[in-house]
Amino acid sequence: MKVLMFGWEFPPHILGGLGTASYGLTKGLAQQSDMEITFCIPKPHGDEDQSFMKIIGMNSTPVVWKDVNWDYVNSRIGGYMNPQLYYDLRDHIYADFRYINTNDLGCINFSGRYPDNLQEEINNYSIVAGVVARQQQYDIIHAHDWLTYPAGIHAKMVSGKPLVIHVHATDFDRSRGQVNPTVYSIEKDGMDHADRIMCVSELTRQTVIDKYNQDPHKVYTIHNAVSPLSQEIKDIVPHKNLNEKIVTFLGRITMQKGPEYFVEAASMVLERTQNIRFVMAGNGDMMEKMIQLVAKRGIADRFHFPGFMRGNEVYEVLKSSNVYIMPSVSEPFGISPLEAMQCKVPSIISKQSGCAEILTKCIKVDYWDIQAMADAIYGICTYPSLYEYLRDEGKKEVDSITWEKVGRRIRAIYNDLLK
Amino acid sequence: MKTICLFFEIHKFIHLKRYRFFDIGNDHYYYDDFTNETHINDVAEHSYRPALDTLYEMIKNSNKEFKISLSISGVAIEQMEMHAPDIIQKIQDLLDTGCVELVAEPYAHSLSSIIDEETFRDEVKRQMKKLKEVFGQHPKVLRNTNMLYSDNIGAIVADMGFKGMLTEGARHVMGWKSPHYLYNCNIASSLKLLVRDFKLSDDISLRFSNSEWNEYPLFADTYMDWIASYPPEEQVFNIFMNLDSIGMAQPLSSNILEFLKALPECAKQRDITFSKPSEIIGRSKSVGPIDVPDPMSWSDEERDVSSWLGNSMQQEAFNKLYSVAERVRLCSDRRVKQDFDYLQASNHFRFMTTKNSGIGINRGLYDSPFDAFTNYMNILGDFIKRVGSLYPEDVDNEELNPLLITIKNQGDEISQLNDKLEILEKKNEKLNTTLKKIQDKTKTATANNEAAPMTPKRIKKDKVKQ
Repeated sequence: MKVLMFGWEFPPHILGGLGTASYGLTKGLAQQSDMEITFCIPKPHGDEDQSFMKIIGMNSTPVVWKDVNWDYVNSRIGGYMNPQLYYDLRDHIYADFRYINTNDLGCINFSGRYPDNLQEEINNYSIVAGVVARQQQYDIIHAHDWLTYPAGIHAKMVSGKPLVIHVHATDFDRSRGQVNPTVYSIEKDGMDHADRIMCVSELTRQTVIDKYNQDPHKVYTIHNAVSPLSQEIKDIVPHKNLNEKIVTFLGRITMQKGPEYFVEAASMVLERTQNIRFVMAGNGDMMEKMIQLVAKRGIADRFHFPGFMRGNEVYEVLKSSNVYIMPSVSEPFGISPLEAMQCKVPSIISKQSGCAEILTKCIKVDYWDIQAMADAIYGICTYPSLYEYLRDEGKKEVDSITWEKVGRRIRAIYNDLLK
Repeated sequence: MKTICLFFEIHKFIHLKRYRFFDIGNDHYYYDDFTNETHINDVAEHSYRPALDTLYEMIKNSNKEFKISLSISGVAIEQMEMHAPDIIQKIQDLLDTGCVELVAEPYAHSLSSIIDEETFRDEVKRQMKKLKEVFGQHPKVLRNTNMLYSDNIGAIVADMGFKGMLTEGARHVMGWKSPHYLYNCNIASSLKLLVRDFKLSDDISLRFSNSEWNEYPLFADTYMDWIASYPPEEQVFNIFMNLDSIGMAQPLSSNILEFLKALPECAKQRDITFSKPSEIIGRSKSVGPIDVPDPMSWSDEERDVSSWLGNSMQQEAFNKLYSVAERVRLCSDRRVKQDFDYLQASNHFRFMTTKNSGIGINRGLYDSPFDAFTNYMNILGDFIKRVGSLYPEDVDNEELNPLLITIKNQGDEISQLNDKLEILEKKNEKLNTTLKKIQDKTKTATANNEAAPMTPKRIKKDKVKQ
């Protein structure tokens, strides 16, 4: 079975959870021997893991015919794509796109991030997808997150193959209800055209059904999983101070993640104890506000903002922590607590996050219930048995949540769709 | 002749309130009064009242051939006294018929028997005292919290003078042995054991109203047929359950009361009698000892202590609680002692279970075992602080005890001296009054006779000399 996937992020160059989820899911699916996956991303860097699937860079797919020789193409894109594919794709340019700004290969440039002209980039992505969709052979189209829905629809129109869309988040999660109409319309359009909708949690599924008026029968819940830790990460030695406990928040400091509830809970804990430190790693539009709030509560000596964490820094911080907390107001899934539990860090998560549906060996609180949150932090830091239980049993639980199982579930839905 | 020993447990624990860690040291009241009251009222209305009335009626109608045994924890008596005193009266009425035997148990429905012998003995003693006060009864048979039993517990119970004990007939302990005989304790052979037939018991308390059960609906004659069909040498059928299974677990709408009412008649037709535990112990001989090295109970499929002490959190909470047991015993603070009773109830530990038994557990206030644990530990933190503040913490219990004895002895001495002093003071006072009287007399005498002014003085001097 051949699947054409559209995605926006792919490790190691990731900006959020989408890349991690796309990677794990694809890898899990590729465990099945008859699976052939082609994954389209806006801007490959050449260091992506292509061992189990093929990557097509949207910035290397021509939309304007240019006469370039093999060696030149090879020198430009050979690091991640076979030059022959460039020529094959060039044969399928379907319209005159010379009005668009293209480079010497006739390709559109992508930032691969979330720039200010995101709308334009989404549109360009869809244009390029038309070329890919005409050239490639596949049975199913699978589009990850709203940025790639238009591309998915385009591919479906061109090929007539069934479209599966994967909802990693909706705009209702990102904006606490203040939905951007443009984004909403793209999302709704994608869902309306999809033959199957896969949501990362039941919470998201309900949003899709209620807010986007989708037929419940075509909406499925496919919970995310987590990839096993690499040896490199396992080898990181944590710096633990025996006299001090560290409580960590890791993520974008935005409205969606509920950082202010964490600060309030921290200030309650610090009223009673002195040997606990709080870390809010990451950045975001609410960072300044949070720093001010911390100062106002008078806990700045115990509350730290180390900024954005990259690569293994994330795991260094996690491994040094005693408690991981994710007080998200609305979290479609939230892979980070699973990663914390892999590092044997007890986690506190909000009941409003999707991963709460599959995790039992962690503490769940309402995001607004700062008293319960404070109590849970205090409990894990004070009572050794609770800490040890959550540490050991949490690790066991999360080790049993694998992408391979997720892959099998997705395969079942594919099979059902192709019947 | 086959006989049925029917036993009902009455116990309600005190619900804890939501207690955050910032309450530690500030708030010393741990209980949710509203939940306690509504819970007791609810159970009394839907279960205890109708069930006890039915049992009473059954005894009256059966010409006193229907007999049962009951146990009610001290904590439950306290709550009934507060919220449902009529239940106490109903139990008293049952006891007055002479067909109901009251069985002793630890006061606080605690698990103390497996960790702290002293506390266990103390609890049983206080329970006996309470039963004497409230019902005027002196039980000869004991059943431990949740039917907990092991060889060691048996030895303690025998040492306390009990003739018998009710316990579970767990399959892993009984093996090929049938629960339908009288057994005795491995260590103290004088202690007879009545072991529960979990199949026949659970048929009523667990499965009666379950329409998916292949025996549903169960009728009294079928049930008695089952008992009658056992070989004639198997004679004792111990059917033990919670009283609130009637009405709560098995709703009254399932006609469970009608089922009960039909039991005596159906039993009579099959020549099956009902007996009180002490009757069975008195007239039958034990067929042999049973070995129970590890505690067994009537809870869950495992029938051991894993429901309360199965994970490390439960164990930490349990060990922390009993780490102050000795200090609590040594102190004389009534509120501390009472809180210790309420915190010991096994139910609190049950809320912290992480066992995946397939059956949804009602965790009450808590939404997870972790929540139950932190809440309990916060309360325990405050409680331990209070106990600690009674006596300096750097003094060992071993040191503390003699110190307390010295203080007590000194106190006794002081009070004895005080008593002596009082007696002397009284004597002194008496002397003074007599002296005054004499003075008055002499005054009047001098008034009458001015000629002899010296006489009273001389009298006074003589008196003082004496």
